Amino acid sequence: MSLLLKDLYEGFRNGEAIRALSAAIARESEKLSQPLHIMEVCGGHTHTIMKYGLKQLLPPHIEFIHGPGCPVCIMPKERIDHAIALARMEDAILLTLGDMIRVPGSQSSLSQERAAGRDIRALYSPIDALKIARENPDKKVIFFAIGFETTTPMTASLILQAEKEGIGNLYFHINHVLVPPAVHAIMDDSDTRVNAFIGPSHVSVITGSKIYEPIAAAYHTPVVVSGFEPVDVMEGILRIVRQKTGGRATAEVQYSRAVTREGNLKAQEMIDQTMRPRDHFRWRGIGDIPHSALQLRGEFAHRDAEKVFADFLPTEPIDDHKLCICGTILRGLAKPDECKVFGTACTPSTPLGSCMVSSEGSCNAYYRFGGIG
Amino acid sequence: MCLSIPSKVVAIDEDNVATVDTMGIRRQVSLDLMGDDIAVGEYVLIHVGFAMSKIDEEDALESLKVYSEIVAQMEEAERRALVEADDACLNRETV
Ligand code: SF4
Repeated sequence: MSLLLKDLYEGFRNGEAIRALSAAIARESEKLSQPLHIMEVCGGHTHTIMKYGLKQLLPPHIEFIHGPGCPVCIMPKERIDHAIALARMEDAILLTLGDMIRVPGSQSSLSQERAAGRDIRALYSPIDALKIARENPDKKVIFFAIGFETTTPMTASLILQAEKEGIGNLYFHINHVLVPPAVHAIMDDSDTRVNAFIGPSHVSVITGSKIYEPIAAAYHTPVVVSGFEPVDVMEGILRIVRQKTGGRATAEVQYSRAVTREGNLKAQEMIDQTMRPRDHFRWRGIGDIPHSALQLRGEFAHRDAEKVFADFLPTEPIDDHKLCICGTILRGLAKPDECKVFGTACTPSTPLGSCMVSSEGSCNAYYRFGGIG
Repeated sequence: MCLSIPSKVVAIDEDNVATVDTMGIRRQVSLDLMGDDIAVGEYVLIHVGFAMSKIDEEDALESLKVYSEIVAQMEEAERRALVEADDACLNRETV
């Protein structure tokens, strides 16, 4: 699979367009009065930047700082332990998406649990959860929901559908996190050097670009919502440079193919109908960020795995390995190759920290594409 | 990965579900998140089995042209795997 995806990517390098953008950025950035430290919020962008060595196509005074936008990387161990505890319950089927299955908790991972005989399934689409719940009326089917704003409305849709159909055995463990509070946490850190942002297009398809307006205004940082292809990222950077040289700081959309200022209002409504912000959520490696994640509304308490199965769930926070500097990296204050165990004790097959597990994580991207940060 | 390949709506089915064509691959997706009415022939962006927004036809055709040149040589099964991986990313971790 990865070979095939790589081939597709190659076609997207579009050498000519990238070279032209690179030259335009070099020209325009001569007018910059200070170095540019651009945080790409989303791990998907980190991946593109590392894979195509985009840093090498930029003048030395433009630097990338890798952000915390990787839903798997920021999941604290105690939440993974929750998933494992739920999967170990009698008559339980645990469902989740993506790489979540491989991330180590404090003792084990979901894939190890599955190998040990638990019924744990990685879904292609959350929709399949409804089908699994319908087909297994005598089982407790629990959807371990992860992701930023992009995947939240899909969970909301499932909840509403389960209510409508009266599917009583479908439960939700909600780990949906929010981009803006994380960005505020980074900017409120006095050590931060970030002075511009690239926002992920997928999040803004749902939320609109408007979520970045308060950020652009509060810190006077341009935010450009960009697609994931190398050409998109380079165009996003050019737009950031232009904002800077023009003395502007606004939320702008590069990926206008599918992103508007308002976003998908129906999806936003469905989220609002089913979920509300938590007072606190602990981000792996970063720590507590107030109002940075969602939980089910009270009306849906009968589906809230954290409430219904509270007796099974551990409550102690669990920290990462002492040598792991993932948290510092997720806050944009260090690069993976500054970690003492990077590439030695910690590799994608023996990850000590979450940033090495997910292909969206900075450490993983550096390991695979050779630390050209 | 998040290349966001545009999908064309080829049929509106029951229960707010549509059949879409993504570079020759037919799939059923939920229209539950779509506010506007969706008509056959329009283009949408898909994420994990849900249509999440419409895409302007001109934009869609332009990006499809690039994608299709690249995948023209692929077998059906390869294309299906590619198309599903494309929209399964949660900001991209399932590459
Ligand atoms: S290389 Fe491993 S141990 Fe070091 S910061 Fe990254 S994930 Fe943590």
